[in-house]
Amino acid sequence: MAKQPKAVALISGGLDSMLAAKVVMDQGVHVEGINFFTGFCVEGHTHAIREKDRAKPKRNNALWVAEQLGIKLHIIDVIEEYKDVLLNPKHGYGANLNPCLDCKIFMVNKALAWSFMEENGFDFIITGEVIGQRPKSQRKETMPVIARESGAQDRLLRPLCAKLLPETHPEREGWVDRGALFDFHGRNRKPQIALAESLGFSDWSQPAGGCCFLTDAQYSAKLTDLWQAQGSRAYELDDIMLLKVGRHIRPNERFKLIVGREEGENRYLEGYRRRFTSLHATSHKGPLALVDGDADDDELALAARILARYGQGRDADSVTIAITQPNAVASEVTVAPLPPSQIPAQWHVGS
Amino acid sequence: MSAAETLDARGLLCPLPVIRTQDRVKGLPPGTIVEVLATDVGTLHDIPAWCRVHGHEVLSMMDQDGVNLGPAGDEAGTAPQGIKAGSEICIRLRVGA
Repeated sequence: MAKQPKAVALISGGLDSMLAAKVVMDQGVHVEGINFFTGFCVEGHTHAIREKDRAKPKRNNALWVAEQLGIKLHIIDVIEEYKDVLLNPKHGYGANLNPCLDCKIFMVNKALAWSFMEENGFDFIITGEVIGQRPKSQRKETMPVIARESGAQDRLLRPLCAKLLPETHPEREGWVDRGALFDFHGRNRKPQIALAESLGFSDWSQPAGGCCFLTDAQYSAKLTDLWQAQGSRAYELDDIMLLKVGRHIRPNERFKLIVGREEGENRYLEGYRRRFTSLHATSHKGPLALVDGDADDDELALAARILARYGQGRDADSVTIAITQPNAVASEVTVAPLPPSQIPAQWHVGS
Repeated sequence: MSAAETLDARGLLCPLPVIRTQDRVKGLPPGTIVEVLATDVGTLHDIPAWCRVHGHEVLSMMDQDGVNLGPAGDEAGTAPQGIKAGSEICIRLRVGA
């Protein structure tokens, strides 16, 4: 009896990768999922942080998809390796700081390395790519680039648009029937939705921008500001996490304030008080703020005036603000809240 | 029943607690009890979901006061009533075959 072929499917948590995996599974192929965590993923973190999102599903969509398909899902931490993809994209960026083509090449390459490891022994890789679906990475001319530069070559199968592409190894081997694959193209989602319904799916995630913060203009502006302020294009996980949280207000190049916008964000920022100088009002209710940078006493007083503007003392003559150093040494200042007219729009990073 | 393995994933946001759990469980013999400490309420859904797709068994989910938080994994995937963000969570699981 012939050995059952094995494929590893890149599972983002969205509809296309779910369908791609399913149509190959339905041809008798053993499929397992793989999902990469770059640090820039939208869901999960933001839902966990923000109070207003607490009613929204906290499910990890990639895991949810794996459950719907009844397959294993392997989630891989690529935070460190991904830095080179973001900082040095060979194929450049999309509309914002999204290196989508390099990202796809990287992920297929990582899946290839993982899948062909001796203990895993997979035969080919599946993605949910559709020609014309995304302006940067999913175009007719980028499909062979991804296959070639990832090293996957003809072991990369895109079931949703396979009929528009050259025959691949799993098709030639007879593991997959090309006639049962698809010719989807363009940004129209109707064929995918019709296929989903025909396969019995009634629920799926549809994250705008492909679930990556790097496609977001505001987030990209904050990341650019971070790099400019520190004088180098580098980051750690905490840096990029904090860009997802709070108002970022930069009065000058020496420091910025990160002001919690609601209770969930304040709780999240609490976790960073041993790393950053923090401010909170003691005379009125209000948010917590972190000071990122090297602010002198005058600048901390300015920071206190800005913070006072965002609490219940915004209309008071004065607000007392506690300034706590990372070593827990605290002092207080009493300041007049800064009027909105004195907070220039350009201080608001990414908005 | 004491845990043979304890994983401290406090302060990490999903999916990192799941990734750390996956890495810790890899190579452990079936039947091993693993205790995961976390603070992200998302773990109440993600770790059981990860266990289900890999054939592991969630034995219990408690908060820091010993209050039972399970079973999670309801259809909506919303946070259980009463659990606050930042609360400490302890999830015990048994490694499957």
